[in-house]
Amino acid sequence: MFEFFNRLFGAKPSSAMAKERLRLVLLSDHLSLAPDVVEALKNDLIEVISRYCEVDAANCDVTFERQDKQIAMLANIPILGMQRPKPPAPPPATPPSAPPGLPDGNAASAALATATPSAPDTAPAAKPPAKPGGANGRRRRRKQGVQGAPRPQPT
Amino acid sequence: MVNNVIPQEAPATAAIPQKRGRAIVVTSGKGGVGKTTTTANLGAALAAGGATVVLVDADVGLRNLDIVLGLEARVRHHVLDVLEGQATLDDALVTDKRVPSLRLLAAAQTREKDDVDTAAFTELIGTLRDRFDFVLIDCPAGIEKGFTNAIAGADEAIVVCTPEVSAVRDADRVVGLLGEGRKVTLIVNRLRPALVRKGKMLSVDDVNDILHLPLLGVIADAPDVIVSTNRGEPVALDATSLVGEAYRAIARRITGASTAAPEIPREKTFFEKLFGSRS
Repeated sequence: MFEFFNRLFGAKPSSAMAKERLRLVLLSDHLSLAPDVVEALKNDLIEVISRYCEVDAANCDVTFERQDKQIAMLANIPILGMQRPKPPAPPPATPPSAPPGLPDGNAASAALATATPSAPDTAPAAKPPAKPGGANGRRRRRKQGVQGAPRPQPT
Repeated sequence: MVNNVIPQEAPATAAIPQKRGRAIVVTSGKGGVGKTTTTANLGAALAAGGATVVLVDADVGLRNLDIVLGLEARVRHHVLDVLEGQATLDDALVTDKRVPSLRLLAAAQTREKDDVDTAAFTELIGTLRDRFDFVLIDCPAGIEKGFTNAIAGADEAIVVCTPEVSAVRDADRVVGLLGEGRKVTLIVNRLRPALVRKGKMLSVDDVNDILHLPLLGVIADAPDVIVSTNRGEPVALDATSLVGEAYRAIARRITGASTAAPEIPREKTFFEKLFGSRS
C-alpha cells in the first residue's frame, strides 16, 4: 500500500537510487586514484589562464562532478583582474600571438608570483598525466568505462 | 621481495605458454556473493558436459569448496602440501564420484594466504592446464595476496556479482585489478526477478551498465541453491532444477557449445505460482 502511494507520487524506486549512487561513488573511486593528475591539471589550468588574466592562484579549485549523464570538470578560478601580467619565462608561441597593448601590471605580477613558483616544476611532470589516464593502463581502461557508463542509459 | 614482484606481474599474460586447458579464475572482490557456489556448480556442469575439470580452492585458510561440493570427508592433502612437496598432485586431487571427470584440489585450512608462493602456484596452475580441459580457480574475497595468487595463473576471469551496490563496487575494482590481458566475463548471481520488476533491486542491465562486461549468465536467487549446498550436491547436477539448468547453460556458453544470449530469470506467472511449487 505504502509502495503504491510512493509510486503514485513519483518516488524514485530504490534500484534507481542504487544505480545513481553507484555511478557517483565509482566516479570518485576512479578519480581519487589519481589525485596527482587532478593537481597537475589544476596547475596547468592556472598557468594557462594566468597568461591572460590575473588569477587568484591560492584560491583555485578544480573538481569533477557528475551532471545528469555526464562528468563535468568544474574549475573555480577567481580572476583578480583582466590586466595581462608580464609573461614569466613565456612558453613558446605566447609572446608573438598574445594580444597587443597592456604592457604590464605591477599589481598583477604580485599575484602571479604566487602562481608561478609551482608552475615550472609541475609543468614537465604534468605532461603525461594531462591526458587523464593515470599511471597504468588498467586504470585508464576502467576510467573510460565510467566515462562511457552514462552513455548507454537511454532514460 | 624483489623476486616476488616479477612473477606476480609477468606470468599472467606473457610467460604462460598456450596449453591445452583453460584456466579460469572465479572472483568478485566482495565476499559472500557466491564465488564458491559458482565455482562448484560450473565445475560440475562442465564435467557433466564431458570436459575434464579440476577445481582449485585458492582460499587458503578459509577452505570451503570441498564442503560445498560434498567432498570434505575425502580431502587428504591440500594445495600447500603439493607446493611444498609433501604430497604429489595425484595424491591431493580428489575425484568426485558423481562426475568422475571432476577433481578438486583443496585449500589448506590451517595456513595463511601469504604462505602461498605466487610463482609456484602459477606453475601449478600451468601443470594442471596440461592435464585438464578446465582449471577453475576459486578466488578468495579481497584484493590482497590471496587474490593476486589466484589470478596469476588464470588467463580468463569470471566476475561474480550480486545486484547490490557493495558487490558492484567491488566487482568494478576487481575488474580494474584484473587488467587488460584476460578475458573477463560476468555472472550476475542471486537475482530476484520480482524485486527487479518492482524497482527494488538492481537489474542485470543496471549492473552491467556499470561494469560493461560480456554477460556469461544470470543465476536467480533460488532455494535450490541453498538446499543443494546443505546437502553437498551441486545444483548443476540436478536435472529438474531451473537454477541447475542456468548453470549448465553457462557451462555450454563457456565451452562454446552454445552461443545463445544468457537468459534473464523471470518471475513466475500467476499460474505457475498457483500450481508449481518447485524451483
